[in-house]
Amino acid sequence: MKTHSIIPLLRKKTLLTLLNKGERKDGRTFNMYRKVEIQTNIIKSAEGSAQVRIGNTIVLAGVKLNLGQPYPDTPDQGVQIVNAELIPLASPSFEPGPPDEDDIELSRVVDRVLRSSETIDLNKLSIIRGKKTWIVYIDIYILNHDGNLFDASVIASVAALLTTKIPKIEIVNENKIKITEEKVDLPIRNLPVSVTFSKIGNHIIVDPCYEEELLSDAMITVGIDSKNNICTLQKIKEGCFKPDEILDILKRAINVGSKYREKYLKKLLEKR
Amino acid sequence: MKFIDENGFRKDGRKCDELRPTRISAGVLPNANGSALIEQGGNRIIVAVYGPREIHPRHLARPDRALLRCRYHMAPFSVPERKSPAPSRREIELSKVIREALEPAIFLEEYPRTTIDIFIEVLQADGGTRVASITAASVALAEAGIPMKDLVTAVAIGKIDGTIVLDLNHEEDQYGGGDMPIAMMPILNKITLIQADGLFTYDEIKYGLELAKKGIDKLYKIQREALRKIVEVTK
Amino acid sequence: MVIFKKNGSLVYPCSLLAEGNYKTGIGVYRENNRFFSSFLGYFKKDYNNTLNVVPIKSVYVPVVGDIVIGKIIEIGISSWTVDINSPYNGILQLSETISRPIDLVKTDLREILNIGDIIIAKVIVFDLTRDPLLTIKESKLGRVREGYMLELSKEEKLSERKIKDIEEKFKCSIVVGKNKRLLIIPKKNEKALSAIEYIIKNIERGRFK
Repeated sequence: MKTHSIIPLLRKKTLLTLLNKGERKDGRTFNMYRKVEIQTNIIKSAEGSAQVRIGNTIVLAGVKLNLGQPYPDTPDQGVQIVNAELIPLASPSFEPGPPDEDDIELSRVVDRVLRSSETIDLNKLSIIRGKKTWIVYIDIYILNHDGNLFDASVIASVAALLTTKIPKIEIVNENKIKITEEKVDLPIRNLPVSVTFSKIGNHIIVDPCYEEELLSDAMITVGIDSKNNICTLQKIKEGCFKPDEILDILKRAINVGSKYREKYLKKLLEKR
Repeated sequence: MKFIDENGFRKDGRKCDELRPTRISAGVLPNANGSALIEQGGNRIIVAVYGPREIHPRHLARPDRALLRCRYHMAPFSVPERKSPAPSRREIELSKVIREALEPAIFLEEYPRTTIDIFIEVLQADGGTRVASITAASVALAEAGIPMKDLVTAVAIGKIDGTIVLDLNHEEDQYGGGDMPIAMMPILNKITLIQADGLFTYDEIKYGLELAKKGIDKLYKIQREALRKIVEVTK
Repeated sequence: MVIFKKNGSLVYPCSLLAEGNYKTGIGVYRENNRFFSSFLGYFKKDYNNTLNVVPIKSVYVPVVGDIVIGKIIEIGISSWTVDINSPYNGILQLSETISRPIDLVKTDLREILNIGDIIIAKVIVFDLTRDPLLTIKESKLGRVREGYMLELSKEEKLSERKIKDIEEKFKCSIVVGKNKRLLIIPKKNEKALSAIEYIIKNIERGRFK
C-alpha cells in the first residue's frame, strides 16, 4: 500500500537544475544503473531464492514448488504464479493492508516478463498430461524501496529461478508418481531483463531512485529477452510520452539490457 | 490456427489495418454528469462520469487538484464462462492503467479538493476492452463538461501469423503472438498508455505505432461525432 | 492574428481556435501562441480579444459576489453546511446570519436555520483552498419561507425579460441563483407552479444564451 508523498519544491528545483546539465544527484549518467548485487540461495526453506540490491532498493524473491493440476486449456504445461508485495517495512510511505493496485501491477508485470519470454520452460514441467504438473510460485518481497522496484523484482525472480532445483519425478503408472531424491535444474529457456525509464520534464533516465520516481511525470518498464525481442511494455504514472521518445527508449533498453544481462545473469546460468 | 488467409483477410473478413465497426453514443445515463456507450465488434461497454464532486473520505482530497478515480469492471455475463463479480487482479491493474491513460488529458487543477469518478462496466467483451473503455471514457468526460487538453483515443495492435494488425478481437488476442494496447491524445501526439505482451522486434513496434495512429485518427472522428450528436438533440 | 472558428460555432476539446496575440477566457488554453478549446461548447470572442468557449454543460464553481440558492444539509457548532449545487459545499457561519450577538450556550442553531431549509445567500469568500463562505445578512437574502426550488441542468440562462414575462403571466416572483437554481415563489394560485416548471424546462431545451 502506498501513500502519496510530496517532494519539497526546493529539492525538486535542485534536481531539475542538475538534470538540465545532464547530471543526476548521485553523479550517474542518464543510462547508468546503480550498483547491482545479487545473492542466491539465501532462503533454505525455498526451492530457489535470490536477494537483489540495486543501490538501496532491496528485493527478495523466493521460489516454491508444488504439485498440482494444470489449467484446463493448457493440459500439458506447468503453472507459473507470481505474487509481489510492497510490504510496510520497506518504506515510510507503505501502509499495511491487502494488496493494492501497485502490488498487483508489479506482480502482473513481472509475471508477463517471465511468461512472454518463456523463461520457465513450462512444457517441461508437465508430469501426467491433464492431471499432474509442477506449479512454480514466485513470491517477491520488497524489503527496501529506493526506486525501480520493477527491474529489481525481475532480476531477483530470474536469479531465483536460475538457482531453483526440482526433484526428479518417476512415473509409476498413470495415477501414481514417485518423487525421487535426485534434483535437477528448473528448465529455463530465456533470460529476460527489464529496464525501467523515468521521464522528468524532457529528460529520460534509466533506473530511477525513489526521489527521481517522485519527480517523474511518467515511467516505462521495458522487458527484453535474450534475443533482444521486446517481451513486455508497461507505461506507469500519469504523464505521457511522444512516439519518438518511446522508440528511443526501446533502443536504449535493448542496449542497456543486454549489457547487464551479460554482467549479472550469464554468470548464474553458467554456474548451473 | 491460421488467422490471415492467402488474400490477406482475417477470420472476420477484415484487412490487417482495419478497425471493427465502432459506434459511440454519449449522454446515455441521465443520472451521471457524463456518460457514453461504445459498441466495437462484440464489445459493449458503458462508462459513467460523476464529478467533479465532493470527495468522501475527506482526507483523500488533494489541495491543489481534483482526484481522479477509475473503476474498470466486467459484468459476470460479459464473457462465455461466467466471471465472478468480485474485482479480479486484472481488473485492478486495468483500473490503474486506464486512469493513468486519461489523467494527462484532464485539467485536474481546475477543481482542487474534489474527485472525478469514472465507472466502466464491460457488459459484453470481445478483445480490446481496455482501449475501448478509454475511448468511451474520454467521450463521457467531455460530455460531463470536464475541461480537457484533448480527447484520449485508444486502440490495440497485435501480432497474428507473424503480421502486425490493428484492433484485435478476442480470438486474435487469445491465440495470437502478442498484443500492444496504445492510447494517445491524437492532436497533441502524446502517448498516454502503452503496454505490450508477447514478443515484438523493435521494427514491429515502430510499425505498430504508425498503424495505431491511423486507427486512432479514425476513432477520433467517431468520438467527435458522438459529442456533436448530443448537441443536435438538445436543439 | 488568425481566428479559425466562427463566433457561436461548436468546438471540441483541443479544437484549434486561434493563433496570435489573444487573451484566454473561460474554457480556452494556450500553447505558445496557439489557443485551444478545453470544452465541448460554443466559441465566443469578446470585443477585447478574449477568447472563450462556453461549455454545453458544467458544474457550478462559486465566485465571490454570486447570489446562490442553497439548502441546509448539516448543522455544526457555530455554522451550517449548505448544499449550493456545487462540488464545494458552502459554509454559513453564525456571525453571517444575525446582526445581534448570540449566546451559543443558550441558542439552538436549529431555531435559526434547520436542515432542509432553503436560503438565498451571497458568496463572500472563496479561494479554492477551502469551502466557500456565505452570508445572508444583506437585504433580499435569508431563509425562504415559501416557494419552490428548481435546478437547471444545462449551461443555459434565462433572460431578464423572459423572467419578467413569466412573473407577470403566472403571478409569482422568481429569484435566479448563479448556481443554476431558480426559486419560484407563487403569489396566489399554487397550481400555477407546475405550469411555470413546464415552461421553464421548455425554454431550457430550445434556447441558448
